[in-house]
Amino acid sequence: MSEPPRRVRIVAARRTTARAASRRRGSHEIDEQTDVGQVYMGSLLRTQLRLAIGVCLTFAVLLGGLPLLFATQPAVADTVVLGLPLPWFLLGVVVHPVLAAGAWFYVRQTERNERDWVELVERS
Amino acid sequence: MSDPTYGVLAVTAVTLATILIGSFALRFSRTTSDFYVASRSVSPVWNASAIGGEYLSAASFLGVAGLILTYGVDMLWFPVGYTAGYLVLLVLVAAPLRRSGAYTLPDFAQARLESMLVRRIASVMVVLIGWLYLLPQFVGAGLTLRVATGVPGWLGGLLVAVIVVFSVATGGMRSITFVQAFQYWLKLTALAVPVVFLLIAWQADGRPALDDSRPPTFRERTTVTVRTDVSFVVTDPVRTVVTGRLDGTTYDAATRRLDVGAHVAREGARLTFPAGAVVPHAEKLEPSSGHDWARPLSGAGGRDHPLYSTYSLILALFFGTMGLPHVLVRFYTNPDGRAARRTTLVVLVLLGAFYLFPTVYGVLARIYTPDLLLTGATDGAVLLLPQRVVGGLAGDLLGALVTAGAFAAFLSTSSGLTVSVAGVLSQDVLRGGVRDFRVAGALAVTVPFLVSLGAGSLAVADVVGLAFAVAAASFCPLLLLGIWWRRLTDVGAAAGLLVGGGLATAAVAATIGGATRSGWLGALLAQPAAWTVPIAFLVMVVVSRHTQHRVPPNVRRTLVRLHAPESLPLRRDPPVHRRPA
Repeated sequence: MSEPPRRVRIVAARRTTARAASRRRGSHEIDEQTDVGQVYMGSLLRTQLRLAIGVCLTFAVLLGGLPLLFATQPAVADTVVLGLPLPWFLLGVVVHPVLAAGAWFYVRQTERNERDWVELVERS
Repeated sequence: MSDPTYGVLAVTAVTLATILIGSFALRFSRTTSDFYVASRSVSPVWNASAIGGEYLSAASFLGVAGLILTYGVDMLWFPVGYTAGYLVLLVLVAAPLRRSGAYTLPDFAQARLESMLVRRIASVMVVLIGWLYLLPQFVGAGLTLRVATGVPGWLGGLLVAVIVVFSVATGGMRSITFVQAFQYWLKLTALAVPVVFLLIAWQADGRPALDDSRPPTFRERTTVTVRTDVSFVVTDPVRTVVTGRLDGTTYDAATRRLDVGAHVAREGARLTFPAGAVVPHAEKLEPSSGHDWARPLSGAGGRDHPLYSTYSLILALFFGTMGLPHVLVRFYTNPDGRAARRTTLVVLVLLGAFYLFPTVYGVLARIYTPDLLLTGATDGAVLLLPQRVVGGLAGDLLGALVTAGAFAAFLSTSSGLTVSVAGVLSQDVLRGGVRDFRVAGALAVTVPFLVSLGAGSLAVADVVGLAFAVAAASFCPLLLLGIWWRRLTDVGAAAGLLVGGGLATAAVAATIGGATRSGWLGALLAQPAAWTVPIAFLVMVVVSRHTQHRVPPNVRRTLVRLHAPESLPLRRDPPVHRRPA
């Protein structure tokens, strides 16, 4: 503990200029509509669409399944949760926080996708 | 009816607040860009409040509780769909739409498809959907003012129309943003505070529950005053005391036995029912009985094929929200795509909080104001409950608060719709300057107001449902395919808009016009989304595939613009705001 910290030499990072150049190059490919640019855009669209469809399908099953559940299992209507019949409890209360949670998950995920993609384009 | 003073005060207060906030913001609103989209300088929470304020219309504030009172648990799909529509919008269109940089739906159509034809069709659809949605707002405003103050129905609609034109013409969108945000919080307060008192009163009353085995009954001796002529159906013979005109005879406090079957009461008639009597219901309603009311898929309103209807309604609401013109225009006020998403997330939270309350009103109304089933004015449940359940001065004050909230609902939704319709009218019909925007605002309001005068008995929720169904079958496919599918062509988009929008409009126009409601035909016409939306998608895709030589030349650049995050320094072409001169 008593040893003085080791002397570290700090060198100006030449990488910054290199990165700035590549940053221009990656977005340049997209600007100029080159094949590489198209590959970048295609990958972004695919990732984002996959996420969007995933979220939609999840809710299609969760919410869209309810009428089918009510139709095939009439006994569900007689189940009581916290003093409310189950269909009232699900549609009147539970749905809303679940929707908000789904939205929060999507926003987090899609922003991550965009960050990764920007990094990918700039690194090239 | 209690003292109308409080109702008048409530409406006056909301009106003054709206005008004051609007004219305060007017000082900042000077350029054309300010008028349309608030210069895109509104933060997510403000913007989300404004979206919530604009979105929660008469259908949400009054209609949902009225529907629950009448038809029960199936109607909860309305608030669920109104909210879930924003999740679909968030996931599939929010950020790309904002990044498109366009002001209105026709702008988007033109920028993406590079076609004036598609732009014109989109403009017509925006005006059509906007007018369809404005119509029930005026009807609801008339109802609210009649319940609260006793003035004739047309006056409420006229009042809303005048205030909206004034506030839109003087402040444009910028002032609207602040007014709308204020009105969300007002609406939430106006429903949430009375609920606390209602529940306390209900608790003190021994927590009366609904008798599952019977249709709704009068809890105590109740006098029902008929305010507009009504034809009602008695399901259980009952002795009533009648004053006024009933079944063609005028009575003065006479006791009369009502037999099973239809009866007609004229305006001003007063019928007194004994405690425990089964509530007769208006002929136009077919309320669910005790057992069905609490259970899903009861075939609300005597409609056939409840499972189909439920799924079709879900489809219309989930996919119709993104196509409502007043919802979309709000997204352009976000600074970038990321903010547009965060705004939508906050909107979902705000809507979820709001929609907890109409259900409580609907259930309590079934217990305390079942007489609304007789008069058919079920949309008035929210307004009547505080006086009926809490009573006294507290009841009057809470009633005034609810009235203020309802009035805010009409004002905010109508303002938002008027701004969008006026924006389209002034850009595509008139010449596009600020002066024209004012003229267009007046025009946007006048047409639906005049129609509303001739449509007194329209159910608020039915017409709002029509607007959602038309939007889902027209703009939803245009937006989804336009954003995610490179091969969409102008011809394909135009064909899909015309076929989908046309079929949906025809179907619900037939329903409102009195076409059959029974059997498969009735179900398909009353809830058209389940077949019109897939047809619209199919037409767009098939026609586009056959016209691939017409894929817009700049489609790749447009898609870069829609999807690439703003943090990447790309060359961005200026957005297409209006058609070339």
